Amino acid sequence: MNRFDYHRPATLAEALSLGATPGAAYLAAGTNLLDLMKLGVARPGVLVDVTRLPGLDRIERLPDGATRIGAMVRNSDLARDAGILRDYPALAEAILAGASAQLRNAATVGGNLMQKTRCRYFQDMASACNRRSPGAGCDAVGGVDEGMAILGWSDACIATHPSDFCVPLAALDAVVEIAGPAGAREVPLTAFHHLPGQTPAQDTALAPGELVTAIRLPPAAAGFRQHARYMKVRERTSYAFALVSVAAMLRWEDGAILEARLALGGVAARPWRATEAEALLAGAALGRDAFEAAARAALADARPANGGEAKIELARRLIVRTLMLAAAGTPARIPALPASPFAATEESLTHA
Amino acid sequence: MTYPLTLTINGTAQSLRLDDPRVTLLDLLRERLHLTGAKKGCDRGQCGACTVLVDGRRVNACLTLALSVDGAAVTTVEGLARGETLHPVQTAFIEHDAFQCGFCTPGQIVSAVGLIAEGEAGTDPERIREGMSGNICRCGAYHGIVEAVLAAQAARAAEERKTA
Repeated sequence: MNRFDYHRPATLAEALSLGATPGAAYLAAGTNLLDLMKLGVARPGVLVDVTRLPGLDRIERLPDGATRIGAMVRNSDLARDAGILRDYPALAEAILAGASAQLRNAATVGGNLMQKTRCRYFQDMASACNRRSPGAGCDAVGGVDEGMAILGWSDACIATHPSDFCVPLAALDAVVEIAGPAGAREVPLTAFHHLPGQTPAQDTALAPGELVTAIRLPPAAAGFRQHARYMKVRERTSYAFALVSVAAMLRWEDGAILEARLALGGVAARPWRATEAEALLAGAALGRDAFEAAARAALADARPANGGEAKIELARRLIVRTLMLAAAGTPARIPALPASPFAATEESLTHA
Repeated sequence: MTYPLTLTINGTAQSLRLDDPRVTLLDLLRERLHLTGAKKGCDRGQCGACTVLVDGRRVNACLTLALSVDGAAVTTVEGLARGETLHPVQTAFIEHDAFQCGFCTPGQIVSAVGLIAEGEAGTDPERIREGMSGNICRCGAYHGIVEAVLAAQAARAAEERKTA
């Protein structure tokens, strides 16, 4: 990897000052950044280690019922937190469906948001990539990988965002808290990751020098805890990125849906909130017919980027499946194979 | 410029100076401290052969910048045995044929120690397989590895009952 200067600031103000240096990058666990540096894809001249900044490693319940998760909370600590498990079970299931125990022990909430696409052309320095080198072209278009985006892509970039965690976050109306040289601000999670358009290199809403400090879940996010699921289809049972994933949450009464939340992963350059499908579900009779209609609505604009029609059908079926499972109820305990459609055992569905 | 770094490695406090901030925890252990138990397999966090415990938690040493864990306690496979007495997980790996070529074994053993300490998998083989999925074994010794984890866990539980 390239040479860099390493700093470990003790305060946020110091970190932001260092982060404003041209060529600087913030370092959390480094599980994605160090990998990209070894490949030569990322070449920061200055690393600002933010893992020791005070106050960013807490999970707090706010007076209004919202939950704030500090950007330096480690994935495994978040998935183990009793309050998270109780109120946002699909969030915990999504975290546990991602990466490995070793990576979850290190990786942070902020780093999860900031991770780059796992598009193999982005990671291969011999391939043209507009996301890595603006204007270079895109070798993924017409390439060998049929698992590329089906929604929101452009001829400049057909890569997907790889996060599991961000999919239920999008469904739960999470808000990203940001600190920067110009002060603090907030961005909805659904607007944090940019669709590629003609500028895929500008992949998030962050301005230079800005740092994610927390994720906030609004009070209403806890209202889905009894009917919330995350499901993920991948090329092997464990430790692989999603081909397609779905977060589905329902509130219903007397067989009628009061409110539905639906988001997809692995299908676009951002976690994909399916608002049209949610609107169709609200007020509908709970059941497969409504779920099939919602799946069609969610994928009405889907087009395969690379001859990957199978991915659209996979997404359609997984949306229906996940809504059915959410309707059946959140499992009392996270299944042995989190988010897996191949989970062998029937779990008890008595989530408190 | 050099960077000071203090680590407690397998129980011994060490004050080090790094001449280069690029050194990963894995390269520090293997190339500078000559603890070659943790292996460099993929060097990308995909195989788990480099697994070590940092403050008791299993992580991939290849994706950990040594400077970023300044002050931590690091345990490698070399730090598990007590003198000539193997750690119960090491004994279980031998008794259950949990390896063939042995390259992934230090990472598997340290990962299993971490998994048992987490205490979440219980005796469900499916949860153990899922919890160990960050350690790839290309010889395919997975069956023995799950058996070894179950046996080591049972041995530890029996030990705890004795001392309780």
